[in-house]
Amino acid sequence: MNQHVMPKLNRRAFVIGTATAGAGLALGLDLPFGGPSVVRAADGAPEVNAWVVIRPDDTVVIRIARSEMGQGTLTGLAQLVAEELECDWSKVTTEYPTPGQSVARKRAWGDFSTGGSRGIRTSQDYVRKGGATARVMLIQAAANEWKVPAAECKVSNGVITHAASGKTTTYGKVAEAAAKLEPPADVKLKDPKDWTIAGKGLKRLDTVDKTTGKMIYGIDVKLPGMLNAAIKDCPVFGGKVKSFDEAKISGMKGVKKVVPVGDSAVAVVADTWWHAKTALDALPIVWDEGDNARVSSETIAKWLAEGLDDEQPAYVGNQNGNAKAAIASAAKKVEAVYSYPYQNHATMEPMNATVLYTPDKCEVWCGTQNGEAAFAAALEASGLPAEKVDVHKLMLGGGFGRRGMTDYVRQAVAIAKQMPGTPVKLLWSREEDMQHGKYHPVTQCKLTGAFDADNNLVALHYRLSGQSILFSVRPEALQNGMDPAAFQGVAQSGEAAIGYSVPNLLVEHSMRNPHVPPGFWRGVNVNHNAIYMECFMDELAQAAGQDPLEFRRKLMGKNPKHLAVLNAVAEKIGWDTSAPKGIYRGIAQVMGYGSYVAGAAEISVTDGSKIKVHRIVASTDPGYVVNPAQVERQIAGSFVYGLSALFYGGCTVKDGRIEQTNFDTYNSMRINEMPKVEAVMVPSGGFWGGVGEPTIGVAAPAVLNAYFAATGKRIRSFPLRNQNISFA
Amino acid sequence: MANLKINGKTINVDVEDDTPLLWAIRENVGLTGTKYGCGIAQCGACTVHVDGVAMRSCGVTVGEVAGKDITTIEGLAAGGVMHKVQLAWIASDVPQCGYCQSGMIMAVAALLKENPKPSDDDINDAITNICRCGTFQQVREAIHAAANA
Repeated sequence: MNQHVMPKLNRRAFVIGTATAGAGLALGLDLPFGGPSVVRAADGAPEVNAWVVIRPDDTVVIRIARSEMGQGTLTGLAQLVAEELECDWSKVTTEYPTPGQSVARKRAWGDFSTGGSRGIRTSQDYVRKGGATARVMLIQAAANEWKVPAAECKVSNGVITHAASGKTTTYGKVAEAAAKLEPPADVKLKDPKDWTIAGKGLKRLDTVDKTTGKMIYGIDVKLPGMLNAAIKDCPVFGGKVKSFDEAKISGMKGVKKVVPVGDSAVAVVADTWWHAKTALDALPIVWDEGDNARVSSETIAKWLAEGLDDEQPAYVGNQNGNAKAAIASAAKKVEAVYSYPYQNHATMEPMNATVLYTPDKCEVWCGTQNGEAAFAAALEASGLPAEKVDVHKLMLGGGFGRRGMTDYVRQAVAIAKQMPGTPVKLLWSREEDMQHGKYHPVTQCKLTGAFDADNNLVALHYRLSGQSILFSVRPEALQNGMDPAAFQGVAQSGEAAIGYSVPNLLVEHSMRNPHVPPGFWRGVNVNHNAIYMECFMDELAQAAGQDPLEFRRKLMGKNPKHLAVLNAVAEKIGWDTSAPKGIYRGIAQVMGYGSYVAGAAEISVTDGSKIKVHRIVASTDPGYVVNPAQVERQIAGSFVYGLSALFYGGCTVKDGRIEQTNFDTYNSMRINEMPKVEAVMVPSGGFWGGVGEPTIGVAAPAVLNAYFAATGKRIRSFPLRNQNISFA
Repeated sequence: MANLKINGKTINVDVEDDTPLLWAIRENVGLTGTKYGCGIAQCGACTVHVDGVAMRSCGVTVGEVAGKDITTIEGLAAGGVMHKVQLAWIASDVPQCGYCQSGMIMAVAALLKENPKPSDDDINDAITNICRCGTFQQVREAIHAAANA
């Protein structure tokens, strides 16, 4: 185990690390080609610019670089482009440019990475400009044809008119001419208050195919002559394959080949996946499990607990005043230790990728949250140059951060490389998916609060001990060894800043990195930081003998945006009025991904251990709301994901491997356990925050604080099933 | 070898009798709307109708359903007209990632056949599919809408 040490950066780790995060393309890859200036759409229609293709029948094809995984980004981005384009929304369709095309055009489509709730907020500016630029060019093309000044022409719903002459035409008719014009140097974007397409709860563009079974996910890819592969990676992370007895299964039905994958995995390639999996289950494999086989949840917990000791080194992420001194001299002191377990993403569609490799070309078909990272992984695994590699993105059956990683792409290329000329689809079993995740990291937190004689909070010491995601995934992003992302939600400033002002504050992290690979799991570090901070705020309010809402409000005077969403949920849930008999309330707030969120829950508890959640209210201020219907769904979905983890989740380690193997041991909430979520959107404008993740931070603490209100019991270690607490 | 009657057509599939129906549908018949989620009948992504009853196709073998009427999501629309559950799903814009939705829709279609006006409690008892995106409130809304259609 690496104990609080600066990682050694060798070049290989650097390239792999950054490739995983999608930035790898900028590094040392000298791309030898410029690419065509105009990319024809599949049907030959010209592109007006990189973002907009218009067919002669006025169909508008909007190019989307970010990935759709359910969060609605595909529709939202299309709305932003269409808004500036002034096209007919009913004629809008979308397509994904490939990472290979983007690289060939000097990254014409910018960043493909779809994580960190960035899909819209970090591309809204250039996609809107893409739409506006295309509009200007289309109008100019019509004006040129009519020999009138462009300024005299108007456009609405893709129809261009020149009032003085009574002339009218459509985008489809002038697109070919517009594509040949120089784009304007600068365009002015609309004020969001004038939006007519963006800002509206328009229907998603991908719903129909998702209700008829026609939508093609990575798992559904079919190629002529395709074979199927099932894989087993060493169950102990870091272990290796010692040997496997191919002869035992080579005669089994459908089996074509048994191949090693790297030094840690074996795959069986067969005619069907069912045959591949059946044979793989029968394949004798001897593992070299290595020293990690001695690690368990208990040994990890013990090691993390040591990190809570002030004597151990820690990185300081946020401080003001002198918290330790203020605590030492305080009138009253409150201390609590919390912990949060590993969690698996458990996307409904297990990891998979299909690859056709020949010595001249490596093509990948997969669901990925980062087309460019998948491209970089395919590049490295295939050993081919960039112009001979491409990735075709397909719909994701869930992402939640998992498909930003490229381990499955790398494996699929390694398998296909051993069968040149034959397309091979690699699909993980659910068991493989559960045991080879990139897990929500494991942490513990000791919180100490101190009061003066008048019950004013004078100091807060927040000491986190545990795993850094960046240490494993993007070591180049560490700052002198410190993981700045570890402080998401409790940082001094930035997109995940703490909402409370405490005269003496110390927030620190003792980094301890077990061998279990961590990853970005919806909400990432906001999850546990919000649980620790918001549950402890309730503990402090209780110690001060104050109402949890009032106690928070007094500390939030300097953070009006944090306070506004907290007030919004308090009002909506009726905090000032007493709850119905037998119903108890909890409240929480946090900032993450540039957005301010708060949540409140009403629950009842039977026998001290059976929780029924009756009502959830959640408020968010993401600056701007591009599609309120989808924001509402992301808010509700965040509660389902967060509460599933709270009640049912938790991945445990035994003999170096993850014990949970399927949904029977890593369960997820069902419809009967989930109330309606009442979303309150309070976009205040002037900034662009994310939506997919921040709300998950308040899901668990809102319910836990309500549980305390109902029972007087604080739960500080999760999941709740370990405390024999369940849904009623 | 087995004769499977899927979406009204009899299809001869060259698989062992103990092959899970799910994989015969996806790999041998080539209908990929029915999804693999867990393989142990926990998640419901692979739900199809067998003689009108919702079943998790990963948990039944080809041998057990040979000759029975099997309907997959691709066969739910009748005569080119979408099933009322599909229409309600579109009206409520239910799916997020959509991967679990084929199974969810098949489970709901079977429920409404048996219980045309389910209460919330009936829905809670009958619909046990996992949706990791958390579409449950749109699912509930769409079930009631379909029941009233």
